[in-house]
Amino acid sequence: MKEIYARVKRWAVLPAFALLLLTGGCAELTVLDPKGPVGESQKELIMFSIILMLFIVAVVFVAFTYMIVKYRDRPGRDEKDYDPNHHGNTTLEIVWTVIPLIIVTALSIPTVQTIFELEEAPEASSDKEPLVVYATSADWKWFFSYPEQGIETVNYLHIPTDRAVEFRLSSADSMASLWIPALGGQKYNMAGMENTLYLQADEEGTYQGRNSNYNGSGFAAQTFEVHAEGEEEFRDWVAEVQSEAPELTQETYDELLVPGLLEEMEFSSTHLEYVDHGTNEGRDYLIERHKDAFEEPLHLKGGRGVEDE
Amino acid sequence: MDLLNFLLEDFFVTGQPLIYGAMVSIVLVSFAIVFVLTYFKKWGWLWREWLTTVDHKKIGIMYIIAALAMLFRGGVDALMMRVQLTLPGMEFLDSQHYNEIFTTHGTIMIIFMAMPFLIGLMNYIVPLQIGARDVAFPFLNALSFWSFAFGALLFNISFVIGGSPDAGWTSYTPMAGANLNPGPAQNYYLMGLQVSGIGTLATGINFIVTILKMRAPGMHMMRMPIFTWSTLITSIIIVFAFPILTVALALMTIDRIFGSHFFTLTGEGMPMMWANLFWLWGHPEVYIVILPAFGIFSEIISTFARKQLFGYKAMVYSMVVIAALSFVVWVHHFFTMGAGGAVNSFFSITTMLIAVPTGVKIFNWLGTMYKGRIRFDTPMLWSLAFIPCFVIGGVTGVMLAMAAADYQYHNTYFLVAHFHYVLIAGTVFGCFAGLTYWYPKMFGHKLNEKIGKISFWFFVIGFNICFFPMYFLGLAGMPRRTYTIEPEWMPLNVTASIGAVLMAIGFVIFVYNIYYSFRYSKRETTGDAWDGRALEWATTTPVPFYNFATLPHIDGSEAFWRLKERGGSTYETDKLKPIHMPSDSGVPFIMMALMFVASFALVWEWITLAIVGLIGVIVCMVIRSFDYDDGFYVSVDEIKRTEEKAREGEQ
Amino acid sequence: MSAHTDTNTGPLEYRSKEGRMNILGFWIFLGAEVVLFSTLFATYAVLFGRTADAPAPSELFEMPMVLIMTFLLLTSSFTCGIAIHHMRRGSLKGLVVWLIVTLALGLGFLGFEIYEFVHYAHEGASLPSSAFWSAFFVLTGTHGLHVLLGISWAVLILIQLRQRGLTPVTSRKVFVVGLYWHFLDVIWIFIFTSVYLIGMVV
Repeated sequence: MKEIYARVKRWAVLPAFALLLLTGGCAELTVLDPKGPVGESQKELIMFSIILMLFIVAVVFVAFTYMIVKYRDRPGRDEKDYDPNHHGNTTLEIVWTVIPLIIVTALSIPTVQTIFELEEAPEASSDKEPLVVYATSADWKWFFSYPEQGIETVNYLHIPTDRAVEFRLSSADSMASLWIPALGGQKYNMAGMENTLYLQADEEGTYQGRNSNYNGSGFAAQTFEVHAEGEEEFRDWVAEVQSEAPELTQETYDELLVPGLLEEMEFSSTHLEYVDHGTNEGRDYLIERHKDAFEEPLHLKGGRGVEDE
Repeated sequence: MDLLNFLLEDFFVTGQPLIYGAMVSIVLVSFAIVFVLTYFKKWGWLWREWLTTVDHKKIGIMYIIAALAMLFRGGVDALMMRVQLTLPGMEFLDSQHYNEIFTTHGTIMIIFMAMPFLIGLMNYIVPLQIGARDVAFPFLNALSFWSFAFGALLFNISFVIGGSPDAGWTSYTPMAGANLNPGPAQNYYLMGLQVSGIGTLATGINFIVTILKMRAPGMHMMRMPIFTWSTLITSIIIVFAFPILTVALALMTIDRIFGSHFFTLTGEGMPMMWANLFWLWGHPEVYIVILPAFGIFSEIISTFARKQLFGYKAMVYSMVVIAALSFVVWVHHFFTMGAGGAVNSFFSITTMLIAVPTGVKIFNWLGTMYKGRIRFDTPMLWSLAFIPCFVIGGVTGVMLAMAAADYQYHNTYFLVAHFHYVLIAGTVFGCFAGLTYWYPKMFGHKLNEKIGKISFWFFVIGFNICFFPMYFLGLAGMPRRTYTIEPEWMPLNVTASIGAVLMAIGFVIFVYNIYYSFRYSKRETTGDAWDGRALEWATTTPVPFYNFATLPHIDGSEAFWRLKERGGSTYETDKLKPIHMPSDSGVPFIMMALMFVASFALVWEWITLAIVGLIGVIVCMVIRSFDYDDGFYVSVDEIKRTEEKAREGEQ
Repeated sequence: MSAHTDTNTGPLEYRSKEGRMNILGFWIFLGAEVVLFSTLFATYAVLFGRTADAPAPSELFEMPMVLIMTFLLLTSSFTCGIAIHHMRRGSLKGLVVWLIVTLALGLGFLGFEIYEFVHYAHEGASLPSSAFWSAFFVLTGTHGLHVLLGISWAVLILIQLRQRGLTPVTSRKVFVVGLYWHFLDVIWIFIFTSVYLIGMVV
């Protein structure tokens, strides 16, 4: 009997533990503490689903506990309570088919709404044109090209706040996924095609971005920092890069494409002049040049970015 | 000199102390096995009783032993990953080594552990549950097993010879293609899965025919035990899903070895097509490893609640619906590919719909316990633990199905937590439950209850401690497959690692229990260890090689329960007739050994040797075609002797 | 497997329980084969038009040759039917003769296919030329390989017929290989329409 009591206690502890972590730990859970409208709408959807799911979990756990406590085999149990030939109840079975159907419908509506909403730039900043940034992944670094500003950065990103950023995602080789959890969900970067991802920061700050899609030995180090800053500051930064950074020649760019890790860099022109990896013509640009560079994988050790000699 | 260079540079994996250790232990264990077999003069016994057997019971046991070994290997991989991820800046594994380990962990657990474990249980139990003397095609069954065994061997030797694959168990192209991933490692993945996949397909066909054609007289489809139903539906999924994998693997192999352009960046190939083909097979695959577990839980819960299964028909139909839906949800594995709002909405909804039949099953299990008289033996404990854990896995699955939210969960530990919650709580608990439940039928004695319960509590508590925090790690932005963690993720990772250690202890105790029970458990004499309900409990223990001397007429579901009520038996002397049995054959073993040689050659792109091996395989097929051995008959006298000896203890 | 389920009426190959199970098993196997070829067709459809620098299919496909191949294979399916008809009548000789005719037609088909592949390779379209050609060669090649397998298998059965005559076992084997042969014919019809006809037009 002690055993059963222990069981019950343990199962009751689980959801309580979940709630505690959820309410108390939100501040540390990046996804539940978004800094922009995209992440915000995803968070709302997540919270809505968590509440519904906790309800289901509660119903099942209560029914489960009731069954194993009440109908356990114990001495002196009421014999009338045992019905070995009981084998179904159509009404009940219909009920527990229909209720989940209703729940699924209740989840589907906001899901579909949000899916379509995220295909467009956020409503909140519809008065401004989105900032276009080409985010190109190559094993294992990021190139961010700002075609309107004519600049390009490697492994870091500056964006203005309160203005949508329209990422044009592609990859020079393996498939990657651009993810800035504080701002919103991810999308894949693939060679030979272009994906569009809208994100927006409402609060100034520095956020972590990364490739979240495993793509080989340098994967864990393929991260970048996002600096969200006021429109003014952003313009100053652009001007600074335009005037002070070197140009990105095709030769330099080809060298940077060699698989490996790179420091943060900036240039006063973009690689889009030479190749757009998101097009059919650009899909094998890297393979044509660095086919044999993948023979030796990286052996990163310890914290990310430290290569083992 | 060239050869030596090749051996040291490419053939053997060098430079990793952990792998040197593994090499030494492989050599030692191999020597020990050879020595023991030679010393006790057991080579002939091994060949006659096991390597050439076509008996579904022995094949089932071999599947389970192999699966337990694979669980050990996959588990060691898991522990190594947990060590590396416990603290930020750990230097236990470098990134490349870590990548190899999570790749082999995933592949082994799904392909070489979960599926064979369940197929092993099906092999042993399904013919007994439907009153058959063997499966429909015993020879093919042996072929299936050896294709799995040699496929697993091929995949497993990669880590000492040539290097382990490192592209993840999903092996997305172009990363897994020849340009970005040169060398033999990825070929091991392709050939290992291909060889074992052929066997799985054959198993699917075999069980469909067995169940459709070999049921005892009077056992209509709607009178079949629910585990048999789950096997039938699983087999149908296998037949429709596995050819897709066969093609996908073949195309990638041709890409890598013969330079075609299916999934390449060059030649206008379509890397994304791999993801589609892989998950077109991969999602049904998930149900291949969960439906049989559902069947096992249904059997056990009904037996230990001492009640009929609640809503038998709904249980069957819900499995059919799950099987059908499993083929129309694959895109949910890559909502983030940018297929557009309409596509993502469609697959979101189909995915969420799976929750409905699954929910029906959960409530039916609860309904089975209602007005029951529940005993808490170890198999029942595993089954009970399954319900709450699986519900957690299930509801988070629904959350993942909501595409817009999935953009945040995708590729994170939230996903890792979800699929471990469904696959461990579903499949692994199911395997342990099924093995413990049918153990007395297989080996003539129960597993020790006390030790079994200790192992259960270690494993289940460890499991929750290990994987529950991972949901929060996902929400905190920790991506899956990263070899190193950020400092802010440390507390939850430490927790998870503690849980992993508890699970490992649970597994070790489970294995120890097998030894302990072999030595000390009371021997079974009745054949009906748990007061069972389905026909497998009607035979004596140990089960005679022909299974049933005579078959009762089946007049309802729960055949054995009814038989006990009216006092029938599977040994009616007046109904005895000679029993036809298939002959053993060494061809499956030899054929698959040759297949192994051919595949190994293909891994290294030694085309001539591969062709030689394939010719050997074809010769085996020709030999089989000309083999008109019709099996043999067991005489009535022999049946009488066997049955009377087995039934001595009963009265 | 036990004796009482065997019957003495109906076609020879269906009389034993083992025979019936084998035939059912083979039907299920054909179901799996349908999935296999569907996957290859889908792959082909996805990669259609992705010819990169290689010639387009409309430049290479030639109607007369494909028509001859189609004619050979369709006729072989018909002669295979005649062979089974003779088997049902109990005529071993008729069965053997028509089976050999079937195999000869199949060999003719294979000969043309090999010629076709070599011809394309000369024109600069082989397996590694482009995604489209990879898909083309693997789809038609898989079918061709199946035909080759069917021929070799049928030859083995012809030898067994010679050794043992018409028994429930040999007639079952003939019946099964016949099913297989018709199945390959059906696949070819799909290849003919969706690969060659469409390839010539587009």
